Amino acid sequence: MSDNDLALLAHLLRRAGFGATWDELEEYATKDYAAVVEDLLHPERFPEVEEDVVCRYYSLGTIMEDSPAVWQGRWIYRMINTRRPLQEKMALFWHGVFATGWHKSEHTPSMALQIDMFRRNGLSDIKTILLDLSRDPAMLDWLDNSENHKDAPNENYGRELLELFSMGVGNYSEADIKMAARAFTGWTYAQPIPLYPYGFYPTHFHYRPDDHDDSVKTFLGKTGRFNGEDIVEAIVKKPATARFIARHLYNFFVADEPQVPAWNQMPPQDPQAISALSRAYFDSGGDLRTMLRVLFNAAFFKEARFRKVKSPAELVASTMKLVGTYRFPDPGLLTLATASNVMGQSLLNPPTVEGWHTGKEWIDGGTLNERVNFAVNEFADVTKPGVQAIVERLSALGATLTPEALVDHCLDLMGSLTVGNETRQALLRYAQNGGELRFGTPEERQASAVHVGRVLQLIVASKEYQFA
Amino acid sequence: MTVSVKAPVLVVVQLSGGNDFMNTIIPYTNGIYYDSRPTVGIPAEQVLPLNDTLAFHPRTGPLKELYDAGKVAIIQGIGYPNSNRSHFRGMDIWHTCEPNKIVTEGWLGKTIRELDPHHANVLTGVSFGRGLPRAMVAPGVPVTSVGDLDTYGMMTGISDVQQRQEALALFQEMYAPALGSGPVLDYLCHTGTDVLKGADVLKQAPAKYTSTVQYPDNPIAKSLRDVARVHLAGLGTRIFYTQHGGYDTHASEVPTHPRLVGELSGALKAFMQDLEEHNAADEVVILVFTEFGRRIKDNGSGTDHGSGGGAFIIGTRVAGGLYAEYPSLDPAEQLYGEDLKHTFDFRGVYATLLEQWLGLEAAPLVGGTYEQLQPFRH
Repeated sequence: MSDNDLALLAHLLRRAGFGATWDELEEYATKDYAAVVEDLLHPERFPEVEEDVVCRYYSLGTIMEDSPAVWQGRWIYRMINTRRPLQEKMALFWHGVFATGWHKSEHTPSMALQIDMFRRNGLSDIKTILLDLSRDPAMLDWLDNSENHKDAPNENYGRELLELFSMGVGNYSEADIKMAARAFTGWTYAQPIPLYPYGFYPTHFHYRPDDHDDSVKTFLGKTGRFNGEDIVEAIVKKPATARFIARHLYNFFVADEPQVPAWNQMPPQDPQAISALSRAYFDSGGDLRTMLRVLFNAAFFKEARFRKVKSPAELVASTMKLVGTYRFPDPGLLTLATASNVMGQSLLNPPTVEGWHTGKEWIDGGTLNERVNFAVNEFADVTKPGVQAIVERLSALGATLTPEALVDHCLDLMGSLTVGNETRQALLRYAQNGGELRFGTPEERQASAVHVGRVLQLIVASKEYQFA
Repeated sequence: MTVSVKAPVLVVVQLSGGNDFMNTIIPYTNGIYYDSRPTVGIPAEQVLPLNDTLAFHPRTGPLKELYDAGKVAIIQGIGYPNSNRSHFRGMDIWHTCEPNKIVTEGWLGKTIRELDPHHANVLTGVSFGRGLPRAMVAPGVPVTSVGDLDTYGMMTGISDVQQRQEALALFQEMYAPALGSGPVLDYLCHTGTDVLKGADVLKQAPAKYTSTVQYPDNPIAKSLRDVARVHLAGLGTRIFYTQHGGYDTHASEVPTHPRLVGELSGALKAFMQDLEEHNAADEVVILVFTEFGRRIKDNGSGTDHGSGGGAFIIGTRVAGGLYAEYPSLDPAEQLYGEDLKHTFDFRGVYATLLEQWLGLEAAPLVGGTYEQLQPFRH
């Protein structure tokens, strides 16, 4: 495969995963692009992250006692080490769409189990996903469906199911919301999930026929004694749902779109891409794997390089992949969770049901400062395996290396990054101060490694590094 | 009526975790207090009485001194409707002024936008601590978030001074606005440059500062000293935000809570002394708040989440005293049969500060009109 293909694979892995090292890219490149996409779409072909090893260092072995910080750290560990990157990426995708916040229930087990559910069903079909979601204890609590009773309906879940989880504003009426809410009465959990007064017990879905409103309802133009399943069935057949899910996939995997609440006013930036994804939706009965196969193989995806601002979790996980640490659950994993938190993304704890505001809105003075300092600090120690691997590859290019070659190869080895002229000039000016790099003697190699480390620090401080 | 101060400054101190108001301002003559709190109750002979029924916690002597000097308004029974006892939800409500739905714009973010609509100063709002509290967040409003004033800035992990200078110069070059690079890259350039500017200005503060005041050695004292250093450097900051954590005393309240209120009290006293030493106290008001009060009954080790907390407004322009009403401990009056019922809506306190101190129209910032207090001397 040519270098250009490695650049394309680097793009694919940044989007369908959390980036990749040059070694990993070379391994992917032993197959052609479409085959790599298939591998990503079929996580079951690869082994799972060894959770038992993680538990040994980061858990009492039970979800009951662990704080959300532990689960944030464990999730970032998975992002770094998974051999099923798209599975982990889909969990993050659905977590952003069906945004459930730990801060309401403060109930960690149900949040951890919800994310596991996304790992399990994230690449299946939309009907399965929405039904699982409607029965998920964390969601039942978050949007009050546990308080949605036959005699006293609570519209919260019915409303957000239509507005934020499937069809989008403007495609249904207020009456449809009321009917959806009534159809989901009786969908609750076996025991309430809040912490008090019984502590962190997990729970499970429980259907209470006696609390279900079995009356005749009219929903999206059809009439019947609808239950929750019928509502989901009706929703997934609507073109609005296909377009809405398509736009979410485009926004997450291809290029930043405006925030979700603006979608009914602002048309998508690439209507043809949304049409292609919607067609895939209907061709496959709302199958996510099919939609993503179309997406990753489309020209609109392959061309959309560096069109997304990395989310904090992506920035943290992809930086850690590059420096090569935490390939084992070493102490300190929770500092990675803290890093993501202070950059504005507390995993398991999005601020509202709208999810995180993404793209440009990840960035403010405080978060940019955190992002830059985090990445620069991670590259401060040139003995880290990832930095050493880059030095190794540079030294294999010859006994000496010109400043131009140093900058260009470093940008390449960091994942085929492209930078603007200002950034390239700044990097070059720095590289020139060091003159030609030499790798002849151990002392020369040592001095060159330090210099390479500083170039890498400047690269991760650049504005271009903020993009995936 | 607005207090006439040229550029009034608001310093917010957030007590994170839910400060136990009943053990901060103690109803030391009330039998229900002692019956409810066999473990964490403070014996009447130890408290620092402020009148016949209420007393300061024994460890808050410095705060009582400020009170005795007429500089502390105690807002009793502050809270919000439909308390659900969640820290995060509670804090969200305080931060966004929205008890019924979940939103992301903070009341101080909106306030900063009113104070500095053209973003003339990147330091109009400064928050100490890592990560921006939601109260300070509003789209398009730059707020400077300072982890540590002495090491604030980009690429602080590079310890070699010359190397860091070189890296910062290159950073500036890399973030120079480039024509035609698109709105997102432009925004990044702008933000990166703002951080450099803010850091450049902020680093004057420690250099300019001298004081004879010895702050106690604790995190909130350190943050308030940072506030003093920035304020005294005259950098135009109008809103400061600080946080003091650890108040979630479900367990081991007896050793923990006295330490915390002691730290807070000493820090506030030192901060006020420092401002007064520099003739800079008249333009500063402090708001101390927490997300909720704690359960009336203790649980044998600490206290669980409750409602009806307390807040303090502190400053030389404050008319010290007791404001609003101490919530009744009468079992018939308790919320859910176990909590203090709040007597004053927190949005009324915000409105008081916004209109009477900062001279802004409060209703759009707090989402409605609420009863205000009159805690200022004119």
